[in-house]
Amino acid sequence: MQNLTYDTAHLLAGSLVLVSFMLLYQDRLYALLNVYALHAFVLALSVAWQAYAQNAPDLYITAAIALVFKAIIIPVALHRMIVKLGIHREIETVGGIGLTMLLGMGLVALSMVVMLRVTPEADPLAREDLAFALSVVLLGLLMMVTRRNVVSQVVGFMSLENGLVLAATGAKGMPFVVEISVAFSILIAFIIIGIFLFRIRERFDTVDVHALDHFRGERL
Amino acid sequence: MSFNAFAAVLAIPVVAAALLALLPGYKLSARLNVVATLLTFLAALSLFFQRPPTGPYVLVDDLNNVFIVLTTFVGFTTSAFSASYIEHELETGRLTPAFLRFYHTMYQVLMFAMNLALVTNNIGVMWVGIELATLTTVLMVGIYRTHEALEAAWKYFILGSVGIALALFGTILIYMAAEPTIGGGPNAMVWTDLVAHAASFDPALLNLAFVFLLLGYGTKIGLFPLHAWLPDAHAEGPTPISAVLSGLLLNVALYALLRFKMLLAANPDALAPGPLMITMGLVSLLFAAFMLYRRRDIKRMFAYSSIEHMGIVTFAFGMGGPLANFAGLLHMSLHSLTKSAIFFAVGNISQVKGTQKIADMGGLTETNPVLGWGLVLGVVAIAGLPPLGIFSSEFLVVSSTFAREPLLALPLVLGLLVGVGALFLRLNAIAFGEPHGPNHESKGSYLPMFAHLGLVLVAGIYLPGPLVAWFQNVAKLLG
Repeated sequence: MQNLTYDTAHLLAGSLVLVSFMLLYQDRLYALLNVYALHAFVLALSVAWQAYAQNAPDLYITAAIALVFKAIIIPVALHRMIVKLGIHREIETVGGIGLTMLLGMGLVALSMVVMLRVTPEADPLAREDLAFALSVVLLGLLMMVTRRNVVSQVVGFMSLENGLVLAATGAKGMPFVVEISVAFSILIAFIIIGIFLFRIRERFDTVDVHALDHFRGERL
Repeated sequence: MSFNAFAAVLAIPVVAAALLALLPGYKLSARLNVVATLLTFLAALSLFFQRPPTGPYVLVDDLNNVFIVLTTFVGFTTSAFSASYIEHELETGRLTPAFLRFYHTMYQVLMFAMNLALVTNNIGVMWVGIELATLTTVLMVGIYRTHEALEAAWKYFILGSVGIALALFGTILIYMAAEPTIGGGPNAMVWTDLVAHAASFDPALLNLAFVFLLLGYGTKIGLFPLHAWLPDAHAEGPTPISAVLSGLLLNVALYALLRFKMLLAANPDALAPGPLMITMGLVSLLFAAFMLYRRRDIKRMFAYSSIEHMGIVTFAFGMGGPLANFAGLLHMSLHSLTKSAIFFAVGNISQVKGTQKIADMGGLTETNPVLGWGLVLGVVAIAGLPPLGIFSSEFLVVSSTFAREPLLALPLVLGLLVGVGALFLRLNAIAFGEPHGPNHESKGSYLPMFAHLGLVLVAGIYLPGPLVAWFQNVAKLLG
């Protein structure tokens, strides 16, 4: 039983890293949103498994939030927004997909080396979970750096945040996990409402952050 | 005793925020905003005399008491300035009454969030407080809804969120380090318990956690290379918010970092956090000092000056020891007062001139003598010239560094001098010479500005004994 618990948690956390890689190379917004929904779904499974394995029923709430809010509501809302803003063209990535994937592999290796070496005494389930979580966080950061499009930057941020939730649930008995996941959901809702309310599209004629740079006061 | 100062510090802003959200009239709202911040300040002052008992969520000690009083005081004077300033924004049509209502509500939410982060004993709640403060300031920076304001808010938002995320990861790692000793559950996030047991934590985990916390909260302090949001956010938001950002929010993030530094210091095997903070502080100082030369926008220039001074403060706390900590604490307090005073002046100037471009200002001491000389006094203060207070704190930082690490003092002095040169170069263009550019009437009150500068002047000439004893005590606490 112990082995099954460990293997399943390992499998789910590893799948989350894999889906993070899939996010990195999506170059169409619709596909990106679908993969993000998958990302949130895997997170929900992983959190639910931790809730079961740690016998911590409150984590089921976090899993439910991940499933309903992140895997269904947000992708649907973003989908509709993309249609309304009329931006279903290709995403430009900086540096090309091959290089991004290589960088991503480097980051995963880095987080494995750092986390596994640092935590030899910790509970093996927690430490491997943490190593995977750090990989997801770093891949999310990488995505935010390489994307120029506001919507895909937000998707990068949301995948980063999924990594944090994974880390928090992996730490046994950590308080406030549910509160933190609620707080993050509110934060994300804020961003998405913000993009829409401020009509970044309308104001700038593009959601390309690179183009926003033109309006900097300092560039003379 | 029926009066609970601790509850008041948190409850007043919440009640005020709710009231301000309901009240439609902006004149009444502005006044209510001032009254609420004044009451919060008084409640914070009474914390000196009536400390709440330390509990799992409550901690008021010598260290954070300084921060709370400073935060609520600058919050109060800024609200007074804002009340006179913001009306003009309504007249010129930059803001609508609905946005003004939103602005006042957010101001109180920001005050609540900063106070929450300061008084809590729980590192999770502290993180929540700083996240909430970031969110409210993002909304306020974007309030003018111009291209520039939205871009600044977006950039601040993205960088701030990344910082917040890294800080949360660091917090989780601290919990992981504590869990084997203290056991699971909320107790492993209580700061006083953490410090008491820190010696038995896994040092490697603590080290890693501190790196994440330094990067995460360092983003909010505005340390290089994570400072990119700061100049934009300062330049494009309403001026009272620039004052609160520079004067307060950076300090609150620094406070969080100091708490974790104390935690690491309690474990003999963990890495010394000092050198990391010294490096980041020095690099920020040098970077900002050189960047000051290229600024064309007055608010952006003083934003870079904030990066410079937060670099000095981080450097001083990184050096550690009673003298450097004392100097850092004094410098931080005086910088808050001076920088917010400068932003009050800058707010008035940009209303008088109708622009923030330095090239369109000139001869301010001739056309608006009170305002012009007020700015000159502020810049003299921030540049660290005697007899104003920042001279003594900078002198203490430099001399304590020379005594212990002479080689580190060289880049420190270089950065200070380069920064002073840039400030006076620009000040000359703004305050003296042939008057040019438009000249409207300014509505903003000069009182908060001169009140702050007066305090800074007094601090430079005479520091009262109890205050010195207090700061020395805190410096010892910081180790």
